[in-house]
Amino acid sequence: MKEYNINHLRELEAESIFVIREVAAQFENPVMLFSGGKDSIIMFHLARKAFAPAKVPFPMMHIDTGHNFAETIEFRDMLMEKTGTRIIVRYVQDSIDQGKVAEETGFNASRNKLQTVTLLDGIEDLKVDCAMGGGRRDEEKARAKERFFSHRDEFGQWDPKNQRPELWNLFNGKKHIGEHFRVFPISNWTEMDVWQYIYLENIEIPNLYFSHEREVFQRNGTLLAKSDCIPMRPGEKTEKRIVRFRTIGDATCTGAVESEAHSLEEIIEEVAATRTTERGTRADDRRSEAAMEDRKKEGYF
Amino acid sequence: MSEKSAGYLDMELLRFTTAGSVDDGKSTLIGRLLYDSKAIFEDQMEAIEISSKKRGDEEVDLALLTDGLRAEREQGITIDVAYRYFATPKRKFIIADTPGHIQYTRNMVTGASTANAALILVDARNGVIEQTLRHSYIANLLQIPHIIVCINKMDLVDYSQETYDRIKSDYQKTIVDKLNIKDVRFIPISAKLGDNVVDASTKMDWYSGTPLLDLLENIKIVDDRNHGDSRLPVQYVIRPQLDEFHDYRGYAGRVASGVFHPGDKVRILPSGIETSIEAIDSFTGEQEVAFTPQSVTLRLSDNIDISRGDMIVDANNVPNVSQEFEAMLCWMNERAMMPRGKYTIKHTTNETRCMIRDVKFKVNVDTLDEVTDDKVVGLNDIACVSFKAAKPLFFDSYKKNRLTGSFILIDEGTNETVAAGMIL
Repeated sequence: MKEYNINHLRELEAESIFVIREVAAQFENPVMLFSGGKDSIIMFHLARKAFAPAKVPFPMMHIDTGHNFAETIEFRDMLMEKTGTRIIVRYVQDSIDQGKVAEETGFNASRNKLQTVTLLDGIEDLKVDCAMGGGRRDEEKARAKERFFSHRDEFGQWDPKNQRPELWNLFNGKKHIGEHFRVFPISNWTEMDVWQYIYLENIEIPNLYFSHEREVFQRNGTLLAKSDCIPMRPGEKTEKRIVRFRTIGDATCTGAVESEAHSLEEIIEEVAATRTTERGTRADDRRSEAAMEDRKKEGYF
Repeated sequence: MSEKSAGYLDMELLRFTTAGSVDDGKSTLIGRLLYDSKAIFEDQMEAIEISSKKRGDEEVDLALLTDGLRAEREQGITIDVAYRYFATPKRKFIIADTPGHIQYTRNMVTGASTANAALILVDARNGVIEQTLRHSYIANLLQIPHIIVCINKMDLVDYSQETYDRIKSDYQKTIVDKLNIKDVRFIPISAKLGDNVVDASTKMDWYSGTPLLDLLENIKIVDDRNHGDSRLPVQYVIRPQLDEFHDYRGYAGRVASGVFHPGDKVRILPSGIETSIEAIDSFTGEQEVAFTPQSVTLRLSDNIDISRGDMIVDANNVPNVSQEFEAMLCWMNERAMMPRGKYTIKHTTNETRCMIRDVKFKVNVDTLDEVTDDKVVGLNDIACVSFKAAKPLFFDSYKKNRLTGSFILIDEGTNETVAAGMIL
């Protein structure tokens, strides 16, 4: 008898597609959060697979901190246009202008935390009942306990001690008015799985992920890109280095790594040999040991 | 691409769960697996070194690697299911790390529901205890195909073969024979020192088996899936509304069991109409076969009214179709089950209301006795319950089919998932 077996990437793919289809079936007004980073790119790719030959039946949503790498925005616009997909963009700058949040000041100022307010406002204004995110459980300790279908109360908060049990592939998306869900279709993927899948499926990603020359400077052991939105401290000097980014987030807190990986194959080999986590390059998680848990409870991605 | 990284494309996925009582060393075992298989990164290691020092520990406590939430770190216990990942060149592993205390049976049931294998930890100093029986019972109730009993802390009993043999025979007698477990294996380990976890122990020459990781890499899992009874619960109907796909209707879903080919005769439930498969569509074109656990889209030869919750099955091998059924239920909510109460039931992609008809018996999980004089089903209780649903469900027994034999109950007032059921 033939063995009906699939490899781990195809099994993860099948699981994610199942979750994305559940969202389309169970919710009236879902969105998929899209940052232009690799995790949201593969999530979008999986969504296209889930509904082919039809178009993806929900819009993408980008919470724009304004502190972007230009390459990310160009890539986002190109991908959305090529696939005929609707994207809703909400700006952190608007939340600041409306006085809803106060911008952090100082050299380590970041809009990363402010995103939460813009996101929750967007969810409320647009009556979004489910926001899919590209969070993965291998990223951080608090995320390891997250469900696929994660319930949020009317304030958008996560209560890690009172999560609904999630069994088999039975997902309970029932909620009261004003509450919403965060759904994480790629919960079970690791950084390595994501890269392997990008390679397997030949998925296009922004150039930032590949090795290139860039002006960078050192701060707290992290290499930050020279950018208009990061004020330099006295004594900090930029220099040209050959780098790439392992994650792409807000430019103020995304560190670069020195790398000669020019191709997907080389990136995969680099990831396999790497001795620090992806989020090790994220200044936002290094603020304190429970940083992610605190942000998640408030309604962060 | 080099051979090493290309090899990753042929890996299989294995999900396992871990169960043990509070001090059996479960977190340490997971930490050890992650550490010795090099799944721990420098920054993670640094973080736990700092935490260990802060608490005044002399050695780095590997258990800290898996303690996720602040409350847990403070209390030194695990309070919810956490998922961990690591990979070897052969397999990618997903660990559902579930806490061992009595009040958290629901978490173990949750972690067990998707597991291919269960690790049951026994402290070599204490041997088989009440909780070992409870954990084994749940693993078996959830039909986890492979059970691995890790007899831990062998270093504290001088790596004694006699102790190992005694616990093994004890487990055989008191648990395996009682529960009728099919595949059970035993390994003497020391999670703290790493004996027989990733590397073979040098202190237990009398043990001729393989270390734990070796076993996890090689247990055959493909045959555990049901490839016989073809079932596809319809999840979503794809209608493109585009000119080039004017009459397109695709039935999307995940194959719950069995195998489908184009041309196969199928029956649609609940209508009972027979038709055949026209094509199996995927993003990149048509495929020749669809099998569990793939997510696919089927097109059928005839235009039939089919919606979410319907099931496409082998025309000559149909599941039970009934409004009435009996199931083993694990209650997961602080509010006890309402006698003759009504709940929403989610079964495959189907959803309806159901009523509790009768509690046949409750299971005393410490003795496995059936209790018939107590009908109150509360948090962490396991009971045999009969149901009546508002419309027919299409199901197989859970023993035969984990996906068409399982369901959850949802409280209509709070929307919480209150119970998990396994149809008899």
